[in-house]
Amino acid sequence: MLKYTDEHEWLRLEGDVATVGITDHAAEQLGDLVFVELPKVGATLTKGSAAAVVESVKAASDVYAPIDGEVTEVNEAAAANPESVGTDPQGAGWLYRVRVSDPSQLDGLMDEAAYRAFVG
Amino acid sequence: MTADTAASLTLLQTPLHALHQEVGARMVPFAGYLMPLHYPLGLLKEHLHTRKAAGLFDVSHMGQIAVQARSGDLSDAARALETVLPIDVVGLGVGRQRYGFLTTQGGGILDDLMLANLGDHYLLIVNAANKAAGLAHLLDAIGTACTVEPVDRALIALQGPGAEAALSRHLPVVAEMRFMDARPVAFEGQEGVVVRSGYTGEDGFEIALPAEAAVALARALLADPEVKPIGLGARDSLRLEAGLCLHGSDIDHETSPVEAGLSWAIPKVRRLGGTRAGGFPGAERILAELADGPARLRVGLRPEGRTPVRAGAALYESMEATEAVGRVTSGGFGPSLEGPVAMGVLPSALAVPGRQVFAEVRGQRLPCAVVPLPFRPAGFKRS
Repeated sequence: MLKYTDEHEWLRLEGDVATVGITDHAAEQLGDLVFVELPKVGATLTKGSAAAVVESVKAASDVYAPIDGEVTEVNEAAAANPESVGTDPQGAGWLYRVRVSDPSQLDGLMDEAAYRAFVG
Repeated sequence: MTADTAASLTLLQTPLHALHQEVGARMVPFAGYLMPLHYPLGLLKEHLHTRKAAGLFDVSHMGQIAVQARSGDLSDAARALETVLPIDVVGLGVGRQRYGFLTTQGGGILDDLMLANLGDHYLLIVNAANKAAGLAHLLDAIGTACTVEPVDRALIALQGPGAEAALSRHLPVVAEMRFMDARPVAFEGQEGVVVRSGYTGEDGFEIALPAEAAVALARALLADPEVKPIGLGARDSLRLEAGLCLHGSDIDHETSPVEAGLSWAIPKVRRLGGTRAGGFPGAERILAELADGPARLRVGLRPEGRTPVRAGAALYESMEATEAVGRVTSGGFGPSLEGPVAMGVLPSALAVPGRQVFAEVRGQRLPCAVVPLPFRPAGFKRS
């Protein structure tokens, strides 16, 4: 199940683990990325709190947690190669995985069609 | 309607606006103008292209001000300008340009600028955000002795090691110019001015022309595969790597030129003991700082990790220190340096290359080396 937030994060749920990243729309708006800061494995994230940071040459942008949960894995390859987050944000450029603690939070997120309509 | 589009209705456009749109610029509001942030090439590649070939910038938002002596004698205008600028205007030869700054009564910097001697008048190029304030200040301070008039022309910059080759095809005179020369030019029958300087740390030129001629020259330059259009984003990363100040960030109404590391622009003749010492706003503070040293100083900073350290970050003397001793005034990622780069202000005792200080970013203290400016050698054509 693929969901989107109005802060331009995506989340793919497989079992009770969700993979999180920034959307291709967000990556395009940010431009060339030069630095990615990921959460720590084991950290407990709260929906809406800053979970990661992506930085372009000009600016730093927070990536908010789309859902509550504990971080189970981070994409070290993305941190080592921030460019990949810009070029393939919804594939190789994923950021981290969380074990979802409250699946009902997914109900408030957008599906693909709703997100595409949202970004126009 | 979003706030952005509402605001953009009142934004000014430069004469190159249609050209920016044709070549796919992403336009953003800047200093009251709608300006290109980047083009399809993207900020990183635009930056690197300028360092390796030639980048074309629209800087028409900047202010151009002509200052002429009412007496008709240029030296009267020079003396008048020395009452607002702590630099040597009297000694600036015809066809030469110099960097300077308008100072405040408190010894801060109202604006920084370029001043060219064009024989019968001086041309001042001032920052977009300060042009109204600068014009008002000049009219008030020297309006009796001089006419002070904004010049309605476009301004484009061609920067990079390939700039001379690309521009001399259209304006052959530029091949004879050296760094900080200024020459009258004509393009397609319209008169303007070209100076060999810029804001990137590279060799290059800035060309002031009436709107139509500027657009025609920009189009002709962009037909050359060596020349790419470059946006404000790369302009900022290029000037940061070159260690050049941005007014409003690295320098402002409170920062003195001495604290900003710009003492080199204040010659002996305007300092204590010089034949034309002082006589400009804030001279008391500025001359005292020149003689005794300033309390704080602008420095280059190289963060030791990969995390960019940006403007506003507090600087600490150690990991444990509770009181900040300075702050970052500009910072980001330097594409040519392939890492984070910043400038900031520190107490003079700490503003020593080789010292280590700590910048606070998202609650963490990141070690940064104090380094000399510029971060990389400039490519100016000095001879």
